[in-house]
Formats: sequence, structure tokens, C-alpha cells
Amino acid sequence: MDKDTKSARTQAEVPRKGALSNYKVQKTITTITFMLIPLLLLIVLTYIPATNMLIYSFQDRTQFSVNDSFVGFDNYLTVFSQPEYFRPLLNSLYYLAGSFIQLSLALLLASIICSKVRFANIFKGFIFFPYMINGVAIALIFVRFFQLGDGFITTDGALNSIIKLFGGEGVKFLSDPLSANISLVFVSIWRYIGFDFVMFMGAIQSISPDLYEASDLDGANSWQRFQYIVFPSIRPIIGLQMILAIKGAISVFEIPYIMTGGKFGTSTFVIQTIETAFKYNKVGLASAMAIILLAIIIIVTVIQKLIFREEA
Amino acid sequence: MHNTSTAKINNKIKRSSPIVVFLKYMVLVCAVVIVVVPLIVVFLGSFKSHREFYNSGVFSPPTKLEWGNYKTAFIDGKVLLGLKNTIIILVISCFGTILTGSMTAFVLQRFKNHFSSTVKWLFLIATLLPSISMQVTVYQIILKMGLVDTIFAPIVLYVGTDIISIYIFMQFLNNISISLDESAIMDGASYFRIYFQIILPLLKPAIATILIIKMVGIYNDFYTAQLYMPSKHLAVVSTALYRFIGPYGGRWEVIFAGIIITIIPMLIIFLSLQKYIYAGLVSGSVKG
Repeated sequence: MDKDTKSARTQAEVPRKGALSNYKVQKTITTITFMLIPLLLLIVLTYIPATNMLIYSFQDRTQFSVNDSFVGFDNYLTVFSQPEYFRPLLNSLYYLAGSFIQLSLALLLASIICSKVRFANIFKGFIFFPYMINGVAIALIFVRFFQLGDGFITTDGALNSIIKLFGGEGVKFLSDPLSANISLVFVSIWRYIGFDFVMFMGAIQSISPDLYEASDLDGANSWQRFQYIVFPSIRPIIGLQMILAIKGAISVFEIPYIMTGGKFGTSTFVIQTIETAFKYNKVGLASAMAIILLAIIIIVTVIQKLIFREEA
Repeated sequence: MHNTSTAKINNKIKRSSPIVVFLKYMVLVCAVVIVVVPLIVVFLGSFKSHREFYNSGVFSPPTKLEWGNYKTAFIDGKVLLGLKNTIIILVISCFGTILTGSMTAFVLQRFKNHFSSTVKWLFLIATLLPSISMQVTVYQIILKMGLVDTIFAPIVLYVGTDIISIYIFMQFLNNISISLDESAIMDGASYFRIYFQIILPLLKPAIATILIIKMVGIYNDFYTAQLYMPSKHLAVVSTALYRFIGPYGGRWEVIFAGIIITIIPMLIIFLSLQKYIYAGLVSGSVKG
């Protein structure tokens, strides 16, 4: 009996040992089969285009290129010397300012919702829902919202109707650079604030209730509680959202592209890049613009890493 | 004991003064109004006849429900076709992303060697590239692959450039104990079996998170379809709606009907999956 179990055990151990040494081979096979397609896609859809972009940015090149002569830094010089290319970059400042308003409002709304209000879930749902709406739908909703009737074919949209109701004069919101950019930033806030809001709520709710209780016992008021408990706990999230806001502000595309087509001084750097490549067929120049955008993003990211490292 | 609890209650009453409470609700109500007003206008307008639309105030309800706008938007406006194409792209892309993303994460997280740490860096660096600007050169690759103006262009792009999913899978894998793998190895299981029978089922919450992020992302994406699928029969929800601008330029009631149609699926999904959506977005954004 005893002998039997012993031999059974050794029998079981023999294939096990063989299998273990086999696992090295298996690891290689698994790595190859699991990673082949993802790596191929990564190289083909990210690294080859990125390399091409760098090369093209030094070439005079069109979409179906026949003539791709080397032109040195000419494309970069063009971007920085001609206002039509670099001015859109300045429009990012509108969106950057808008992002900070958006973050502050989101934080305010999140702290209110987290402070035991009635119907919190309903309020939360309303504030968040725009984030789920299709971007084209949002753009069209607001083209109409800001519209000023011409008395023949079109009538006033909601905003001008309200203004006139209170005796004001109609405004052509989307055809003057200043008001158009501000309107577009408003739409952008309307669309994305729900996302920041939910992020902040997640962060606030993950604060330990013990801290609240302790502050209750110490008789802290709402503001003190925010200042000494909530704010320090969600500082990393605020930092992250700010970096995302900066990156978002220099990469704005969809809302102005659909709402104004980049007209009336509302173009952005990405719209300009895409138009240069696909409308004006200047791939070399567009590549240089994309590389410049990438450079800015890398700089922002490096700064972010440095700040986060300091905090850690 | 009784004393301290009353003190606590008194404290609370003292703290939230009626003015603060009033202000809180004021802010919330204002936010809701700003969200709702543009949408109400669209909803009301979508039921008005062309004549009524231009002769009535934007906030006045329709006198008679004009369902014809919806029919025009659905059929002539190709929103129905757009929904169909969007769902096909969505399903295939999600399936592809979950499979490739979890496999990649499995190798990168479980096999710690030079290869996996190098690849991890390659994926990390790729997140920096600005996606829309990248299309300047990606377009030529997709063109060479013969995928332009086919439904496979967005699918390949959604699967092949989704790095966030890999990070979400890796985070979840971090919390799945490696001793599970080890005991399976002791029992003679192959890595394929470990992945398919142990790891993948345990990744269900991660899969749910990714499905939500993907769904919102793909449903709302405009530019990929706009650039790679110019043909009318390849319209997705976004591009179908975008193409309303030309032919229905002056017919806002039809455009509004189209907008409402595209909002409804998202509204249903939102109302039924609310909790998971919030949680999914929060866990998905940690790696921004």
C-alpha cells in the first residue's frame, strides 16, 4: 500500500518536472502568439507613421507624393513665420482659460453633491449626461442655440430669443472672433464638465469617512472641511486633470471644426494641421505642424512627471 | 453618551445655515437648467412642422406632433444606417480590443523580462502621440493597406491604437494573485489554459470598464469615420448627422429629430448602467 502511493507520487512528479523546464519554451510561444498582432498593430499604426511624420516634416511633400525633395527646416520656418499657421495655436489660450473655469466649476459641483444634498443622484445624472452625447449632435445643437435670425430663412435660436425677451439686441455669436471663440469654449465646457465632475466625485468619495467624523468632532465648518480634508486628498487628481486640460486645450478639434469650420478666427492648430494635409495637400508642412504639437505635448508631460515625482 | 450625540446634532444644525443650503441648491439648479435648456429646445423643435418651426417661439411646444421629421431623419438622413454601421464597428472593435488588450497585458504583467519592459515603454510612449494630427501619416498607411473607404479602417484603428485598455487590464491583473497562476502551473496547466480559464474570467470587471469607455468613445467619435469612410453607405451615427448640414441646412426640425434619435440610445444605456459608467470612467482615467 505504502509502496504503491510512493510510486504513484514519483510517477506524477516526473511529468511535472519535465513540464516545468518546458515552461520556458511555453513562455516564448505564448509571448509570440499573444503579442504578434498587438505589436504589429503598434508598429504599423503608431511607430511607422510617427517616423514617417518626422521624415516628411523635412520634405516638400504632397498626399500622393511624386516630388518629395528634402527642404531642411523650411516647413518649420513656414509654420512659425506665417500667421495663418501659428495664430490658431494662440486660440488654445481661450480653451485653456475655459478648462480652468471648467475644472473649478466641476470641483464646486462635485463638493456640493458630496455634501449630503437631496436628489443627489438626479443632479449628478443631469450634470454628467452631456458627456455621453455625440459630439456632432452637440455641435449642431449649439449652432442653432447661438443662431441669430436673418428675418428671411432663419429665425432666432434659444439664446437670442432669451436676449430679445429681456429687451436686448440680437448678437451674431458665431461670426465675430471673440464671441465665437468664447461660445465655442462654452460648448466645450458644457460637453466635458461632466467628466471632470465625475472624476472629482470619485476622488472625494474615496476619502475615508473617519476623517469627516474627526472634523465633525472638532467642529469644522464646510469650508474648513474642504480646505483641510477634501482639497489635500484630491490634489493629485486636480494635478492630473490640469495636465489633461492643457493637453486638451492644444488639441481642440471637433467642436470648432463642425460648428464654424475654423472660420471667423476660430481655427485651432489641429484643424489647421488637418486642413493643410487633406484640403491643401501639403503633407510635409502638416507633418511639421504635427511634430510641433507632439513637442509641446512632450514638454508638458515631462513637466508633469517632474512635478509628480516631487510630490511622491 | 446621550449628551455627545445631541451636541453632534446641534453642531450639524449650526453648521449648515439656510443661506448655504439655499446657495447649494441654487448652483445645482442653475447647472441643470444650463444642461437642459438647449436639449429641451431640440426636443420641442423636432416635433414641429417646417412652417410651425419658423413661426413659433423656440420654447413653445408643438401644436401637433410631426413624426415625419423622424422618418426623414431615419431613412433619408441615413441615421438608421448610421446606427447599424456604428453597432457593427462597435461590436467587432470591442471584441478585438478585449482579446488583444488582455493578451498583451497578460504577457506584459506576468512575464517580467527585458522584452516585456521594453514593450511596456513602447506602448507608454505611444500614448503621447496626438491622435488626430497623427492621421496626416496614418492615412497613407491605411491607404496602402487598401482599407480606406471600408468598414475595416476604423476597426483596425480602434483596436490597434487603444493603449488605455492595456493599462486597465494590467491594473486589474496586478490585483489577481500570481499564486493562482503558480498553482495552475503545478497542476500542469499551459499558459494558454491559465489565460483562458483562470485570468480571462477574473478580468470581467475590467472588461466591463473597457466596454463602457469604448462604447462612449466609438459612438461619439467623428473624425475617424469622416476621414476614412467618405462613402454614403458607410455612414456612422456621427457622419450621418454631420451630413445633415448640407441637404437639411435650412430644415432644423429634421436635424433636431436626427439629434434626438442619436441621443436616445445613449440615454437608455446611461439610465440603465449609470453606476457602472461612473465607476468605469473613474478607473479608466487613472492612467491619463
